[in-house]
Amino acid sequence: MEKAVKKYWPIFLVPTMAAFLIGFIIPFIEGIYLSFCKFTTIKDAKFVGIQNYIEAFKDSNFIGSFKFTTLFAIVSLVLINVLAFLIALALTQNIKGKNIFRTVFFMPNLIGGIVLGYVWQLIFDGIFVKFDTALKLNETLGFWGLVILVGWQQIGYMMIVYIAGLQAIPGDIQEAAMIDGANRMQRLFKITIPNMMPSITICTFLTITNSFKLFDQNLALTGGEPLHKTEMFALNIYNTFYGRVGAEGVGQAKAVVFFIIVVGIGLLQLKLTRDKEVQQ
Amino acid sequence: MKKKLAVLGLTATMVMSLCAGCGGKETSGGKDASGDKGSVYYLNFKPEADAQWQELAKIYEEETGVEVTVVTAASGQYETTLKSEMGKSECPTMFQVNGPVGLASWKDYCADLSDTEVYKQLTSEDFALKDGDKVAGIGYVIESYGIICNKKLLTEAGYSMDDIKNFADLKHVSEDITARRDELGFDAFTSAGMDGSSDWRFKTHLANLPVYYEYQADGINNTKAIKGTYLDNYRQIWDLYINNSTTDPKQLSVKTGDDAVAEFVAEKAVFYQNGTWAYSDISSVGDENLGMLPIYIGVDGEENQGLCTGTENYWCVNNKASEADIKATEDFMAWLATDDTALKAICGSQGAMPSGADGMGFVTPFKKNLESDNLLVNIASQYVADGKTPVSWNFTTMPSETWKNEVGSALTVYASDQTDANWDLVKKAFVEGWATESQAAGN
Repeated sequence: MEKAVKKYWPIFLVPTMAAFLIGFIIPFIEGIYLSFCKFTTIKDAKFVGIQNYIEAFKDSNFIGSFKFTTLFAIVSLVLINVLAFLIALALTQNIKGKNIFRTVFFMPNLIGGIVLGYVWQLIFDGIFVKFDTALKLNETLGFWGLVILVGWQQIGYMMIVYIAGLQAIPGDIQEAAMIDGANRMQRLFKITIPNMMPSITICTFLTITNSFKLFDQNLALTGGEPLHKTEMFALNIYNTFYGRVGAEGVGQAKAVVFFIIVVGIGLLQLKLTRDKEVQQ
Repeated sequence: MKKKLAVLGLTATMVMSLCAGCGGKETSGGKDASGDKGSVYYLNFKPEADAQWQELAKIYEEETGVEVTVVTAASGQYETTLKSEMGKSECPTMFQVNGPVGLASWKDYCADLSDTEVYKQLTSEDFALKDGDKVAGIGYVIESYGIICNKKLLTEAGYSMDDIKNFADLKHVSEDITARRDELGFDAFTSAGMDGSSDWRFKTHLANLPVYYEYQADGINNTKAIKGTYLDNYRQIWDLYINNSTTDPKQLSVKTGDDAVAEFVAEKAVFYQNGTWAYSDISSVGDENLGMLPIYIGVDGEENQGLCTGTENYWCVNNKASEADIKATEDFMAWLATDDTALKAICGSQGAMPSGADGMGFVTPFKKNLESDNLLVNIASQYVADGKTPVSWNFTTMPSETWKNEVGSALTVYASDQTDANWDLVKKAFVEGWATESQAAGN
C-alpha cells in the first residue's frame, strides 16, 4: 500500500496542487503586487510604491467600516453561537419530528446572500413603512437588520456542527456524572461544553471570518446607506475599486490590509479556543 | 518505467482538462472560426435597447459573416462591468465612455478613429470626443430630458402646459394638485425613487442644472472646484419633487425606476422627470396625452430655457484588440451609421426592427439620420425650433461615480428629514466632494 502511494503520488497531488497554484497562489501574489501599482485593468499596471496604502488609510470611511464590521462581528459571533448551541441542545433531546426541525433550520443557508438580502429588505421595509422610516435611512436599523439576516442564514449551519459535536460525546461520561450527583447545569458546563470545544472552535472561526468577509448581504440589504454608515469592510473595498478613476490600486491595497486583518483575527481566535480543547 | 510514463500521462490529462475548463470560452468565442474577418464584441450601455442590439448583431452576422457579440451591462453598472471585461483576454472591441471624465480613465484604450467611415458620417465635429488631436469617441445618440407630463391629467386639474413657464408656475401647479389630491385622484410628481435603478435621475440629471447655470455664470465648461452657486435652486426643485409626489418622502429610498414608470402609466401622477429614451416605457399613455416641460429651477430668465440636450454615449474602439477585430469593429460602426436597416432600427420606434419589434427611437448625429417617430424626440426638436436654449449636458464633467453616489445618499437622507443640517450634507457632498474627487482623479 505504502509503496503504491510512493509510486502514484503525482496522480493525487499534482492536479490539486496545480489548481491551488492557478486558482489561489498566483492570483494572490499578483494581487499583492497590484496593491503597489496604479492600474485600470490588471494588464497595464504601473508600480507606484506604497502610495496606495497611504491613500487607503487617509479614507475615513475605511476606518469607519472597520469599526462597524468589528462591532458586527462581535454581536453576530455571540448571537449566532449561543442560539445555534441552544437549538442544537433542544434538537438532540427526544422530541417528535426533530429531523424536520433540523432541516427547516438548516434551509436558509441554502439561499444565496444577494437574494436573501433583497427578500429581507422587502420584509423589513414592509414593517418599517408603518413606522414611517426605512432600512436605508437609519444605521441602527441597518445594523440590526444585518444581524438578523446573517443570524437567520447561519444559525442553522452552526446548529448542524453543534449537533454533530453533541452526538459525539460518549454517553458514559454523562452517565458517570449523573451517578456522581451532578445536576443538569453542572453537566452542561462541566461535561458537555468542555467536550464540545472542537465544534466551538470551528463555529467561532466560521462566524468571525464570515462576518468580516460579509459582502453580498451587505450590498443587497443596505448598500452601505445611509452615508456609508452601514458599509462593511468588503463593500468599502468594492466601492473604492469601482468608485473613481485611478483608485483601483487603493482598493487593492485595502484588500491586502483586509486579508492581513482577517488572517490575524482568525489565527488569534484559533489559538484561544484550541487551548481549551480537551482530549477524550 | 512504462508505469511511470502512464502516471505522468494521466496526470497531464487531468491538468489539461482543468485548464480546458477555464479556457474553454476562448475557443467558443469564434475567433478561429471567422478567421481573418475578426469579430466584434460590443459592451452595450443601454439596458432598454438590449433586445434591439441583439437583433442587429444577428442581422449583421447573417449579412457579412462577422461574428458580433453584444453584452449589456445592468443599469448603473457599466463602469464596473467594463473594468472587469477589459481585464479579460476576450475583451470588448467596442465600448462606450460617457464624456471627458469617462475618457480620462479609458484614453489609453481608445483607438484613433479619425480615419474611419463612421467619423466622416458625423454631421458636426462637436459630436466626436477628442483627446488632443486624436478622435477617441463617436457620439451616436443625441438625447433630451425634462419633465414629461400627462396633458390629460393636467387639464383635469384645470391647467395646461402653457400655464407653466417658470419655477414659480410649476410650484404653484404642483402644490395646487397636492392640495386637491383626494378630489383629483392623482398627484403632481411620480416618486423620486432613490433606489439604484432610479437615483441617477436626480443625483446626475437633476444635478446637471445647478452645474449648468454655474458654468454659464462663470463662462466655463469644466472645473476642478465647484462653488455651488445654484444649490438653493437645486434644493427648491428637490423639495418640490419629494413633497408633491405619490410617495411619502421617507419611503423614497426603496422606490425604483419601475415604480415611477408604473405610477405614470397608471395615471397616478402628472409629472415624471426623464428623457427621450423613456418613450417606449410610457407610450401607452397615448401620444396625444404626452408633453415635456423644461426643468425649471428658479433662475432668472429661465422662461427661455429648453430641455436638457446632449449625449453621454460615445462609441470607442479598443486599441488593445487584434488588428482584425479593430477592422471588423470599425466596419460594424460604419454599417450602423449608413445601412438602411440598421438606421431604421436605431432611429425608428414602433415596428422598426425587421422582426417587427420596436426600434430604439434614437436621434443620431449621422448624416443619414432618419426622421424619428419618437414623440419625445420631436417635442425636443420643437423646443429648439421655438428658439429655446437647450441646456447642455454638463454632468459628463462630474468628477467621479463616487461623487454622484455621495450626492445621492445625501439627497436620500435629506428627503427623509428635510432640515437645514441635512441639506448641509448635500452641499458638502456637492462642493467639497467635487474638490476631493477631482483631486483624487487627477493624480
